[in-house]
Amino acid sequence: MRRARLTGVAATAFGALPGSSALGLHAEAAHAALADAGLGPRDVDGLLCAYSLVEPHMMLSSVVAEYLGVRPAYTTALQLGGATGCAAVMHAAMLIEAGRCRHVLVVMGDNRLTGMSRDDTVALLSAVGHAQFEVPYGPTIPALYALVANRYMHEHGATPEHLAHIAVTMRRHAGLHPGAHMRAPVSVADVLASRLIAAPLHLLDCCLVSDGACAVVVSAADAARDTRPPGVALIGSGQGHTHEHLSQAPSLTDFGCHDAAGRALGEAGVRPADVDVAEIYDSFTITLLVELESMGFFERGAAGPAAAAGALALGGSLPTNTHGGLLSFGHSGAAGGLAHVVEGVRQLRGEGGPRQVPEARLAFVHGDGGILSAHCSLVLART
Amino acid sequence: MSAKPLPRITAETRPYWEACAAGELRYQWCPACRQPQFYPRVACARCGGRALDWRRSAGRGVVHAVTVVHRAPSAAFKADVPYAIALVDLDEGFRMLANVVGTAPETVRIGDRVRLVFEPRGEVALPQFTPAARA
Repeated sequence: MRRARLTGVAATAFGALPGSSALGLHAEAAHAALADAGLGPRDVDGLLCAYSLVEPHMMLSSVVAEYLGVRPAYTTALQLGGATGCAAVMHAAMLIEAGRCRHVLVVMGDNRLTGMSRDDTVALLSAVGHAQFEVPYGPTIPALYALVANRYMHEHGATPEHLAHIAVTMRRHAGLHPGAHMRAPVSVADVLASRLIAAPLHLLDCCLVSDGACAVVVSAADAARDTRPPGVALIGSGQGHTHEHLSQAPSLTDFGCHDAAGRALGEAGVRPADVDVAEIYDSFTITLLVELESMGFFERGAAGPAAAAGALALGGSLPTNTHGGLLSFGHSGAAGGLAHVVEGVRQLRGEGGPRQVPEARLAFVHGDGGILSAHCSLVLART
Repeated sequence: MSAKPLPRITAETRPYWEACAAGELRYQWCPACRQPQFYPRVACARCGGRALDWRRSAGRGVVHAVTVVHRAPSAAFKADVPYAIALVDLDEGFRMLANVVGTAPETVRIGDRVRLVFEPRGEVALPQFTPAARA
């Protein structure tokens, strides 16, 4: 197989970026990722985008191509919520393996912190629920994830402290990333004392709302020889889907991530224990906990105690979300999920600085969209 | 203050909402699969069969998961916080999301038995649940 290479990555700073625009953020990340790859806009023959809440457009990838001055041989916009970043990288690799493209630019961004009010963001995102059979009952996204947390804790005995340790670890990692949205350390007590959003989830169990953008360049293996940094190969990818609306989910503790990870790890020919560094979607503390177990990184009920013992921290058995994740690096929609890919590549290149996982050769990246609905996993390897 | 959202009723959901207005909870039944289906669709999501029947639920079920919302999704729900949202498994074998009303929200637990009540909202009657009287 003509395995695709990830040849360029970039993330803007995440957080409050007053005066920013969704398209401007796309361009900043795109140009930085192309420069990172040693390429220019004219080298791009494939362009994949996601969506923007602040500047919605029914043909966003065409708008972004025009804004960047790119005339791709193939372009489209994907919509899988938080799974879009991983899914677009998978899609880019398929375009390359099919011989359609040599350099595919994947770029996503939004300015949903400063571009709209927090109330408007919460209200818009709540529309992910079923318009007739969920939304009339007043669920927020945190409330739907809280239902998962309630059931998971009931079945496996996890505690609010277990969840809090995940938030604490993510914040510690973000403190080592100069571009992270929230860098000040927090304690387990801080998490538990933060106000309840939807029981059992407190404010600090929930991801941020940020401005920011990310971009990744995916290149054909032969074309990648002309690019600058040491190569990172995509050696496995997979998706899994069981539902969109939580009330239709076949299980509240096992999700499409089980199949997505199984397919990606199987294609790569590796096991969870082989992974050196993990970048896994963490829209809420419970998201990471339940995914780690559903995907086979921990036994049922073991991820919470493991997180409390430091397993997910730098130096632990599975360093996870070394940039701080959605909980602390930041979340600006589809770009938040793509930030996990950017960090996975940086770790494999040894560019993590104070947050570098020593000798990282194999990275696992996972995105989920909706309410643990749409899942895509990637396995990346240093070449 | 904006009003709480109302369902935009479509052809495949009209029998459901009309039954609610008449004080009944109805669900689809696929005779080929011998399985209930919720929410209503134009065809069975298992076999694709379009010959779906409507059955009446007794409106009794058990709480599968519950949360108490403290941060409302919109201004329309702000006066209601804190309120309980639950996934309820009906005795007929289908699952619904709804509020648990008529009790302190933080007292609702997984495994609690609940029974159907209707909340009048605009033109519709919205199915809700309340703790069932203990036997």
